[in-house]
Amino acid sequence: MSSHASTVDPKKAELWDTHHHTHDVISTRTLGYFLYLLSDGMLFATLFAAYGVLSYQHSYFGGPTPAEFVKPWYTFAQTIALFLSVLAYGFGMNALKHKNKSGLINGMLAAFVLGVVFLVLDIHDMNHLYSMGITLASSGGMSAFIVLTQVHATHIFFGLIWILVMIAQVMTKGFTEETVGRLLTLRMFWHLQAVIWVFVYIFVYLWGYIS
Amino acid sequence: MLVDLPGGWSPLLGRLAWSQIPYANPILAPLFVAVVIGAIIVLGLITYYGKWTYLWKEWLTTVDHKKLGVMYIIIGLVMLFRGFIDGLMIRTQQVWAVGPHSSGVFGSLHGYLTPFHFGQVYSAHGLIMILLAATPLLVGFMNIIVPIQIGARDMAYPYLNALGLWITAAAAALIMISLFVGDFAHNGWFEYAPIFEMQYSPGVGVDYWIWTLQLVALGTTLGGINILATVIKMRAPGMTWGKLPIFVWASLSANVIALTSFPALQVALGLVAADRYLGAHFFTAGMGGNLMLYTNLFWIWGHPEVYFVILPAFGMMSEIFPTFSEKPLFGYITMVLASMAIAGVSWLVWLHHFFTMGAGPYVNTAFSVATMLVGIPTGVKVFNWAFTMYRGRLTFNAAMLWAIGALFLLLIGGMTGMMLAIPAINYMVHNSVFVVAHFHSMLLVIVYAIFGSVLYWFPKVFGFKLDEFWAKTMFWLFSAGTALVFVPMYMLGFMGMTRRLEYVFNTGWQSYLDVMEFGIVVYTLSVLAFFILLYVSVRDHAKNRVGADAWGTSRSLEWMTHSPVPFYNFAVLPHINERDEVAWRRQHGIDNVRPEHYDDIHMPNNTGVAIILGGLTFVLGFALTWRIWWLCIVSLLAIIVLMIIRSFRGDPGYIVTGAELQRMEEEAYRREAQIADSHHSHPVSGGVVGNAMAYQRNDSSKRL
Repeated sequence: MSSHASTVDPKKAELWDTHHHTHDVISTRTLGYFLYLLSDGMLFATLFAAYGVLSYQHSYFGGPTPAEFVKPWYTFAQTIALFLSVLAYGFGMNALKHKNKSGLINGMLAAFVLGVVFLVLDIHDMNHLYSMGITLASSGGMSAFIVLTQVHATHIFFGLIWILVMIAQVMTKGFTEETVGRLLTLRMFWHLQAVIWVFVYIFVYLWGYIS
Repeated sequence: MLVDLPGGWSPLLGRLAWSQIPYANPILAPLFVAVVIGAIIVLGLITYYGKWTYLWKEWLTTVDHKKLGVMYIIIGLVMLFRGFIDGLMIRTQQVWAVGPHSSGVFGSLHGYLTPFHFGQVYSAHGLIMILLAATPLLVGFMNIIVPIQIGARDMAYPYLNALGLWITAAAAALIMISLFVGDFAHNGWFEYAPIFEMQYSPGVGVDYWIWTLQLVALGTTLGGINILATVIKMRAPGMTWGKLPIFVWASLSANVIALTSFPALQVALGLVAADRYLGAHFFTAGMGGNLMLYTNLFWIWGHPEVYFVILPAFGMMSEIFPTFSEKPLFGYITMVLASMAIAGVSWLVWLHHFFTMGAGPYVNTAFSVATMLVGIPTGVKVFNWAFTMYRGRLTFNAAMLWAIGALFLLLIGGMTGMMLAIPAINYMVHNSVFVVAHFHSMLLVIVYAIFGSVLYWFPKVFGFKLDEFWAKTMFWLFSAGTALVFVPMYMLGFMGMTRRLEYVFNTGWQSYLDVMEFGIVVYTLSVLAFFILLYVSVRDHAKNRVGADAWGTSRSLEWMTHSPVPFYNFAVLPHINERDEVAWRRQHGIDNVRPEHYDDIHMPNNTGVAIILGGLTFVLGFALTWRIWWLCIVSLLAIIVLMIIRSFRGDPGYIVTGAELQRMEEEAYRREAQIADSHHSHPVSGGVVGNAMAYQRNDSSKRL
């Protein structure tokens, strides 16, 4: 750029970083994890696109459609369980602000239990479908339905393992830079899964029920 | 729910059986023997010289971004060689199997490869060249150069960086083992629905393809996150966005693409796996599946991926041209905007890979216009490079030659790309070798930029320059090979030759195929020249040692620290004042100012966890391919448990004291002083950063 004129006087310029500063570990970690969550969001976006393409009448190939088996109130119970789990996690993080270890662990435990409730309801639902003879192999539309919902459930499953690991780490290590960073990234993960569930609930369950 | 498998399956070994080892194949069996002998020799030499501890401590467990980058590049070069051999095999088959009277050997009716084997060769060629040669090579360069160029001591997440490398290595190992255990996919590197379904491709080839690609996608996503976070968080004080070196901008735009597009590939592959493993019907021809859904999902990733590999190559060219033109890069801001524009438009063009899908004139027109839009930012870049060289003081060394070669290829590939962007033309040449010649022109831009970068940054990483004579010999041989192979290929494409022919029916094409075969022989000579180049350079390395600024005219921050770069990069982090900081300091005579005192610094510890996790992902990929379920569960559990253990242990890192740093720095300065004495040549003064003076010369007062 021809207009880029030198503005710094080389005789007075500061050449070396004299004030020794350390970079913020927690913010670097949370940024990286946020970037990962973007890619996780893209993953779900692609799955939703596939579901969109495979949710026409002909995608079900004359077999069962979601309208025949979706129970909106049952799935609403799952929604409430997951949202309460996020809320409990939020209370736990509030306790973290006050350096209240037992408050945090109680919040995390509540989040864990509610997450398990969500997952148990999901597994029960899948078993119900299976007993009706509805599987991945029923039709393209059912493949999309089951894979989208179960990829979300898999995320919840790994999130639950992570919650247990974090409870153990907070109990053994307390609030260190590492554990606090991980609590924050886990919180982002847990919130994102709840947000994605909103889309699953609306576009897969509710839409499937009315169509 | 699990699908019925043709052929046997046992709980212990899955689909694996002795019959899967191609010991009767006249090509693979001798190759296997050669590989085993080669491996024994290499392992024997390491043992003989007692280098196992060194290898483990310094390389296999390292978290140093430069060493990881070097290993990425080694993987990339090995796979580039493998991909080249595949190319040689394809060319030889096509020149051999022309017309009904052509002879056939090794059980093939024409030529020496059976159609099934030929299919595997071109599929592996494509997948390897794009995802296991170009991608690791570029990721390797980004790994080495980006942290130094922004004045950081390491990546934001050194451990994650090592993990990305070892997952990529696992992917490379998985595709290599498919040579000797089972088959590889034979339906092309991007596959088609529904031919990859179990019904039509019952072997393990497609499964190898799925898990290799899945591992590459995982490794690249992790690497992308790391580079993005590093650039955002780790820049040296004073390095504002406007002062970021252009290669860093290129890496940033490329990794925005990687982060957002690879999940689409992972989903596409995951759904193929659901079809093949669980009997789902995403892409089946009946039962409500949708064939074109696969093609769309794949290319929604596939086209951004193309720009993911070309943008860093553009960044490399943008570093080489100014250094050897002794001028600042022309149009820095437009270059940045062009990179970001390309990254954005990359999402809007995927459908041009299959205009013939029949989406209708409106859809095709929209994608045609979007594709042509790419030409605008790319054209901006071409002009910027040309204006950078305009009235510069040019040095035509080998690195510069490769960069200029890349520029010419970009013009050829870009122009043919514009032709292909027109649906009317595209319908005519769809899946002809014209398309193949076009994308080889584009991918060769990357290869040229990579070889230019190998020459350009080699002295920074290893402390000595590569031999100019052999580098130039390699360049001219490689360029002759490029012309001889791809000019006839463009012509054959217009004549109607389709891609992937294991038998060429038209004997009128024989002479063109002969020229192409001659071209690939010239390519082979250039590969030979590369090996000689490495040998000669290592033999004469004492003569070719360089100081911090290897070229004397370099501009960005990596040339401010020692060559080879010490493990801590910068003993004291520099404070950035100007865009081309090194050129600015040199111009004002302050490039020799050393820091006054050294503070303690904190560095991460080495870890063996990354390589073990990489090994476990390889086992997982292999077990999934062969459907050895118990091994899948065991390796997956091992991965999870190992990650949890690692998270409990963490890494406290270690401290390098200021006194220790000072000792190492003084030693490095002494070494550099000796090199300067032995050379007696003072580097020419670099271009001026401000006021855009083209170059400094006493008798010239002209300004651009």
